[in-house]
Amino acid sequence: MTHAFYVTLSYAFSVLIIFALIGWIWMDGRARRRELAELEAAGIRRRSASPAQKAKGA
Amino acid sequence: MAMSEPIPAIKKFSDLANPTVFLSLTARIVPYMAGLTALLFALGLYYAFTSEGDYQQGETVRIMYVHVPAAWLSMMCYSVMAASALGTLVWRHPLADVSAKAAAPIGAGFTLLALVTGSLWGKPMWGTWWVWDARLTSVFVLFLMYLGLMALTRALDDPSKSARVSAVLILIGFVNIPIIKFSVDWWNTLHQPASVMRMGGSAIDGEFLRPLLIMAAAFTLLFFTLHFLAIRNEIWRRRVAAQRRLAARMANREG
Repeated sequence: MTHAFYVTLSYAFSVLIIFALIGWIWMDGRARRRELAELEAAGIRRRSASPAQKAKGA
Repeated sequence: MAMSEPIPAIKKFSDLANPTVFLSLTARIVPYMAGLTALLFALGLYYAFTSEGDYQQGETVRIMYVHVPAAWLSMMCYSVMAASALGTLVWRHPLADVSAKAAAPIGAGFTLLALVTGSLWGKPMWGTWWVWDARLTSVFVLFLMYLGLMALTRALDDPSKSARVSAVLILIGFVNIPIIKFSVDWWNTLHQPASVMRMGGSAIDGEFLRPLLIMAAAFTLLFFTLHFLAIRNEIWRRRVAAQRRLAARMANREG
């Protein structure tokens, strides 16, 4: 097999790994953001949220 | 929403370790980091494919521009985890455990990349995909350690319990990092010894060094961008868990 074959395969695999990492972190972030929004909508807030925020949410 | 909370002022370095400060900082600087990463990759890839081939390696020298940065990052990521493990054990800071847990999958990704691209270079240049020499074996052990640490931190759902155990294991495993680095000097390996970071300066011609260093910078910035975002995700995950526990307690009291 030619050298170009090994070079192409190396770069293709690099793209695959890097995009898998980016995709996983992006989807994980989106899911967590949705969960926090759901909790917020249910009126559950962090204990450290300011009283003004709590009053608004209640 | 957590992001709209007022930002506490940063007065000393340790304030950066406050999760809320970290989240607002990440939201602000990650877009710039991602943009700069993309720019460096564009520049690095341009040089990687316009530079000349090596008189011995021919075109396969281009594999080095991803293999070497990935291998460096696999070790740097573990070093970041070791520093975080110290943060857990010495200062008992919860964000240190978040940092270690978030780094492990990224480190595993870079290590796998180094192993596979190394193999794809080894076949045409050495005539073999793999040998069990000291360098290749120790990097393979590093990959297994990343997987083990990921399994451990995800098997125990209470972070306060898993933090110290994984921190101790990370520090024990850190012994592997100098072994990887110096394996090519201590033992007779098929893998070549260091040619960039070595006594007496780099042994590589500027033609190859330029794309290599730009790609290394791009990989490093990519790692930190991904690490920051993974830490943010992990902070959110722990907040969701804490708020669900709180909600369950409140529901119990009412019921």
